[in-house]
Order: sequence, then structure tokens, then C-alpha cells
Amino acid sequence: MDARLLELEDVHTQLTLREGVVRAVDGVSFHVDAGETLGIVGESGSGKSMTALSIMRLLPRSGRIIGGSIRFKGRELRDLAEAEMEALRGTDIAMIFQDPMTSLNPVYRTGWQVGEPLRIHRHVKTAASIAAAVALFKKVGIPEPEKRATQYPHMFSGGMRQRAMIAMGLSTGPSLLIADEPTTALDVTIQAQILDLLRHLNREFGTATILITHNLGVVAGMCDRVIVMYAGRIVEEGRTEDVFANPEHPYTWSLLRSIPRLDAEVRGRLQPIEGSPPDMAHLPEGCKFRTRCSFAIDRCATEEPELRQVRSQLTRCWVTQGGVSLESQSDLD
Amino acid sequence: MTTYVLRRLLLMLPVAFLVTVGVFLLIHLTPGDPALILLGEDRSPQAIAQIHQQLGLDKPLYVQYVIWLGRIAHGDLGRSITTHQPVGTAIAERLPATVELGLAALFWSLIVAIPLGTIAAVRRGSIADQIATGISVGGVSIPNFFIGIVLIFVLSVTWRLFPFGGYVAFTKDPFENLRHIVLPAIALGTAGTAINMRFTRSSMIEVLNNDYIRTAMAKGASWRRVVFIHALKNALIPVVTIVGLQIGGIIEGAVVTETVFTWPGVGRLAVESIFNRDYTVVQGIVLLAAFSYMVANLLVDLVYGWLDPRISYS
Amino acid sequence: MTTEGPIRRTPIRLFALGRDYPRVAAAAALVLLLFLIAAVAPLISPHDPLAISPDDSYLRPLSPGHPLGTDDLGRDLMSRILWGARASLPVAFVAVAVGLVAGGIIGLISGYAGGLSDLLLMRFVDALLAFPGLILAIAIVAALGPGLRNAMIAIGIVAIPVYARLIRAVVLQLKQLEFVTATRSLGATPLRLIVGHVIPNLLNPVIVQVSLSAGFAILAEATLSFLGLGAQLPTPDWGQMINSGAGFLNNDPWLAIIPGAAISVTVFSFNWLGDALRDALDPRLRA
Repeated sequence: MDARLLELEDVHTQLTLREGVVRAVDGVSFHVDAGETLGIVGESGSGKSMTALSIMRLLPRSGRIIGGSIRFKGRELRDLAEAEMEALRGTDIAMIFQDPMTSLNPVYRTGWQVGEPLRIHRHVKTAASIAAAVALFKKVGIPEPEKRATQYPHMFSGGMRQRAMIAMGLSTGPSLLIADEPTTALDVTIQAQILDLLRHLNREFGTATILITHNLGVVAGMCDRVIVMYAGRIVEEGRTEDVFANPEHPYTWSLLRSIPRLDAEVRGRLQPIEGSPPDMAHLPEGCKFRTRCSFAIDRCATEEPELRQVRSQLTRCWVTQGGVSLESQSDLD
Repeated sequence: MTTYVLRRLLLMLPVAFLVTVGVFLLIHLTPGDPALILLGEDRSPQAIAQIHQQLGLDKPLYVQYVIWLGRIAHGDLGRSITTHQPVGTAIAERLPATVELGLAALFWSLIVAIPLGTIAAVRRGSIADQIATGISVGGVSIPNFFIGIVLIFVLSVTWRLFPFGGYVAFTKDPFENLRHIVLPAIALGTAGTAINMRFTRSSMIEVLNNDYIRTAMAKGASWRRVVFIHALKNALIPVVTIVGLQIGGIIEGAVVTETVFTWPGVGRLAVESIFNRDYTVVQGIVLLAAFSYMVANLLVDLVYGWLDPRISYS
Repeated sequence: MTTEGPIRRTPIRLFALGRDYPRVAAAAALVLLLFLIAAVAPLISPHDPLAISPDDSYLRPLSPGHPLGTDDLGRDLMSRILWGARASLPVAFVAVAVGLVAGGIIGLISGYAGGLSDLLLMRFVDALLAFPGLILAIAIVAALGPGLRNAMIAIGIVAIPVYARLIRAVVLQLKQLEFVTATRSLGATPLRLIVGHVIPNLLNPVIVQVSLSAGFAILAEATLSFLGLGAQLPTPDWGQMINSGAGFLNNDPWLAIIPGAAISVTVFSFNWLGDALRDALDPRLRA
């Protein structure tokens, strides 16, 4: 079998914060195949961004990967020298970030910035790189691309900036694009446009995409598969339609219940998830979601569940691994 | 952008006015009657009254101020009480030497401060950083005239590498000119070096924390590219501010350094004039110092606005 | 309008600060030591600093009876250095006090009253700021006449704008907070507000600024004295000693170097204290 495009195996990343050492990514394993779209869903602090930054080896000063393997096209990324990693970043693996307002350098023109990966990696001359940026602007739907390329980022609207970021990410034709909350800082209407764009580009260029978000709704129309993370661990993994139809982890289940859906039957009030995000410096014993879980049983307090196959997904939950179906449980409310 | 400029100019006017009032009051409230200085032997009341009338000192204070202000506006700064030379000329003769010294000090300061500040920021917490921080605190704690004296002692008196004072015009002998300017420039520039280094460092640290730095790294830019192309341009914008202010404050620093190194500049002229009670000259120099500082402030704001695209293109 | 909760109402606990931040404790100890030296200088000086003894002139440091040597007139250098602290430190103290009180009043009125008073007062402050600090001090001393007392006044005046702006900024910031409006609507008088809320919040930035101002004041006093505008002979003063000592660099460099070191150490300790306090009190660095 060909090597998968991206394969993470038991990755552990720690962050040294004032409160103590936190295991931001705690034994995460997953894969991405060429051309597919994977969604990673979780609250802030769930470790989803840290996972992405671990792949790119762009962790902040306080972070370190302390275990596991990250293989991209068969190459172990953790073994690469910094210069080799730099050669990969922006070429074969690209990453775009959440806040386009602050993610673009305010003192350089946009076209210059978008064309930079080409100058760095393909040794294209400046003028040619800016021309390429203009072409990319057209592709991502920025109107008046020639004029826009000469402008500074603060003159762009939020949605346009994100399009520029996407253009920048795709400029060298990467095999993998990691998008960390690309729509969170945008208006709802613009969000939809950007997601459309990403989907469209994924189909046209076959770029595998990892879409990181806290919003399950974003994942719905866009991703082939989805991973749900909580407290640095994966708690559920499966095909999007399966997960949405039959969530096999209480966290996923709660997330789904808290989204208003037009196609759902009227089930009564929306249910927010009880409790607050976990204190990563002081995690409880047993299952980390236990304190907020409506289905918790005794075992959840003492033993942490492992990730196991339950029906069509992988899930980390004693309850569902014991055969209970969450959907049927909820009908009893 | 033009509204910004106009607004700043407008705000400057009342301040400029107050400055002239301040300078006028300072000089005219000085104890001691200039008439007595000028007269010498014949101190009869009539002679004093006559001098008063000649100098316009018999008129009410505010009238004197207006007359004085009018003269200033026409560039007439009066005459030196001791040499009878027009103050404007006296200053103009000495100013180039001061400017030369000031720029030399600034140049040396920036050559040291910006690289050192950048390294300290990039290698935060390292030994280089701690040394740099130590230098910066030391640099502002040691009086610049003391630095001058130590430099003279070590490099002039003990090892006769540099002359201990004096000035040679660049046009006459460029090499000697440079040789004479080295020590005073270092003495004058040390405090500035400390400040500029600190500021560059903190500005750079703040810039490096920004998201666009992470974006640049995600593009595969090397550390050198990130620091020198992406970060530096942003980090130096605020540094321009303090550099501009240092240019505006040249006369201030020069006062002491020129005294130590007998440098024939405006600063030394000021000190000499104070001791000679040559108040017209002192007045002229103080005005010059204040106005150049104000203008420097204004220019610095404008340059800042021009450098930051977020301001100039809005 | 912001809805930040009440900022601290209790003044900072100085000892706790020293305990938690060793730099603050060390710097503060150094500063206190300097003040102590100035206070007991008459008691610990080996000789009278003014006593001239031509037979003993130009003695090197570590000579018997004269730990730091003597100057050109045979005066004991150590005594003069110790007494020099009695010139510099009080000047710094008074000057900073003048700046703080005068500037503080201006800032309070300006920030609290707002409107025309604010506009006028701030223009006045800007005019003071338009003069480079040393130039202003020199000009004032030139007008008033040389001497330590006038140096104190001059440096104090130079310090006014910093405090005026600082206090005005804090007052403006507090005015914005909702809880001030709330307290006022409950009938608190301006005086109560000032004492109860404004002052505690001023303590942090003011303490930092005071340390740094003291450092600047000492440098300014040394410079003025060096130029002959500050302490007058025969008062022992470090700046003035450097001036006299500069003429003897060939024979006896210590006459200039030792007072210079004294000034540097003193200014350094105030700057160090100010920096340490600033880092310790930085709200962003707190958990």
C-alpha cells in the first residue's frame, strides 16, 4: 500500500505554561489521504491547533513535541533538520490561520506577500511572483486583482484577506493545506463563501485539506471525515455523515444537539453542553469528559477509555463501547 | 494625511507661543541689571536710565515681549552683550560643529544599538541578551561627561591614540577631523545607544509576537528572512520616533560634551555665555534648542505616519 | 465605557513585593544604603571634607589615613565622596517631590475637570516639554543664579510634565470605568473618590516613575554641578569634583574617576529599582 499522505502516530506535545506543564496533544493518531478533507473539531484548548502546529513544527517557545511520529509522504517530519522543514513549509504543506487581520504583514503590499512562497521556494523573481499573485487572486475570487495586489492588507475586508491567505497557501501547489479556523473571525455570510472556496479548490486541485474548527456546522458540508478532540485526545473519528447521523461519543452528541439544524425534527430546546472547558493543568481521573457527560457511568470515573471501533466510528467512551446507542438514549428524555 | 499634518501644526502654535513667553520671562526675570554690566564706572541714575531707554527696558513687560517677539520673527535675535556680534551669526558659526558631532554620535549609536537590540530580542534570555540589557542600564546611568573624561584618560592621556579635544574642519583635513570627533561622539552617543538598544529590543520582541511572523514562518521563510525582512521593518518604525527626538535634542547633549572636549559648538557657547552673563546669546540658544526639539517632534510624527502604511493610506 | 471590575483598592504591599521579586529587594536595599550613607556621612567620614592640608595633597588611594587618597588641596577624598551624597540625594529627593506634587496637581485637575482647564493646562505642560530637559534646567539655573537650591527647583520644574501627564492619564482612565460613575451616583464626593480610588491606582506607575526620575535628577544635578551651575565650592559634590578633577587627569586620575563612579552607581541603583519595580508591577505579567 502506498504511504498515506499524512500519518500521525501517538503524538505527544507539551506546553510549559505558568500553571504547569500541559499535555496539549496527548497521544493523537490519525491519517489523511491524498485529496481528502479531514475536519478536526474541538473547543479552545482541545489541542486541535497544537496538533496542526506540531505537524508544521511551528510550536510556540513554550511547546515541544515529546513523543510519537509524524510522517508526511513517508518522511518522518520529526527527524528533519530545520532547513529541510523550511523547504516543506509553504511548498508541499501550507497552513493558513484564523485571524487574517493580524496574519498579514501590515508594511508590505499584499501581492508581494502572496507571491513570497514562490520567491522563497521556486526562486521566482519579484515581478513574476506578483504577477502570479494576481492570477491567484483571480482564482480565489478577489475582484480587481491587479489593483488589489498593490494594496496593503489593511485596505482589504476580512473575507478578502482570508482569500488572499488561501491564495498564498495554494501558490506553490501543496499536497496538504491546513486551515486553522479559517472562518471563525469572519461574518457568517462570508464564512459560507470562504468554505465554498475551499471546497471548490480542494476539488479542482486535489489538495488534501485539514479543516480545524470549533463549529461542527462548518464541517458538515465540507469534510469527508471528521475527528473530534477533547482535552488533547481524539474522542471520536469517522466519516462525516456517520458521525452526524449517529454520534458515538457524548461530547459529539452534545455538540450536535447544540447546533440549530433546519433539517432536524423539532426536539424541544437546544441543549448547551453543561460545565466549562477542562482545566488542562488539572485534568480529572478517568474519562476527561466525565464531569460534563449526561451518560456517565461508574467506570468513567476510574478508568480512562481507549479509542475503539464502535459501529462505523472510532470512539473513546465506555458507554458506547458497551453497546449503548446515544441517539436512542436521548429519546428517553 | 494632510489633515493629520495640519492638525499637528495647529496644536503646535499655542505651545510655540508659550515657549517664547517662557524664554522671554526666564531671561528678563534674571536678577541683575544689564545696564550695570554695561556701564562699568559711571553708575549715575541718569546713565542707568539712559541705558534702560536705549535697551527698551523702561517699557512695560508685555510691550517689551511684543517688541522682542517681533524682532525674533524677523530673525533678529539681538546682539551678544560681550562681543556685540549678532546672536544669529554667533550661533550660525558654531552650529555646524554641533550638528556634526550630534550626527556622528547618532550614527555610532545606531550602528551598535540596532544589531545589538535585534540580537537581544531574537535570543531572549540568553547571555547576549543579558549583556545587552546590562549595557543599556549602565549606559543611561553613567553621566556622559564622565564617559568623556574616562575616554580621554584611557585613549588620549594613557594611550595617545586620540586627541583630547579641539576641532579640525572636515574641509581642512578629513582624517584629523574624524580623529577628533571619535571620542566626543562616543561619549555623547552612549546614552543614546543604551536607549536605542533597549527600544529596538522591546519593539522587536513585540513584533516577533505577532501573527504575521507565524505566517511568514509557515511560508517556509528562514529565520534570517523572518527577522530581517518581516520583523525589522515593523520594529524600526517606533525606533524612528526616538531617533528623531535624539536629533531634536542634539544641543542638549552637546552642552556637556562640548565643554569636556572643547568642541567649538553651540553647547559650549551656551555655557560660556551663561558665565559671561551674556543673556541674549543664552536666550537665542535656548530658543533654538526648544524650537528644534518641537520641530523634531512634529517631523517624527509625520515620518511615523508616512512609514506606517496603516496611517498614510487611510 | 469599559466594564472592568474594581481595580485594586489596597495599596501595594511593599514588603510582599520585595519578597516575591528579589530584584526589587536588592535594588531597594542598594538605594536605602545610599540614603543611609548620606545620612551618616558626618559620622563615618574619616576627615573633615573641607579641611585643607597642602602637605598631604595628591595622595594615592589606599594611603594610610586616606582610604581613597586626597585631592590637590590635601582634602580627604573619601570624606568628600561621602559628603557628596548629602548634596546629590537631597536634591534628587526635593526635585522629584516638586515634580510629583506640582505635576500631580496639574494632572489631577486636568484629568478630572476636563474641558478648557484640561486644554490649557496641557498646553502649558507641552510647552515645558518642548524644552530638552537639561536645557530647561540650565536656563532656569542661569536665570535664578547658580547653587544647589536653585538646582533643586530647576530639576523639579523639569520633572513636572512627566507626572502631570502620568496622573492625568490615570485619572482619565478611571473616569471611564463604570464603577466610578456608579460610586458618584451613590453620592461620593470628588475628594472621596480621589483618596479612595484614584490614589491607590496611581501608586504603581508613580512609584516606578519616581525611581526613574530620581536617577535622572541625580544625573542632572551632577551635570549642573559639573558645569559650575549647581553646588558651589567648597561644598563637596560629585559633579563638581569631576570638574576639578578633570584638570589633573595626568597626575591623579582618581580625583575624577572616583566621584564619577559614585554618580554612576547611585544613578544605576535608582534606575535598577525603577526597572525592577516596573517589571514586578506589570499587570500583563501577572497570572
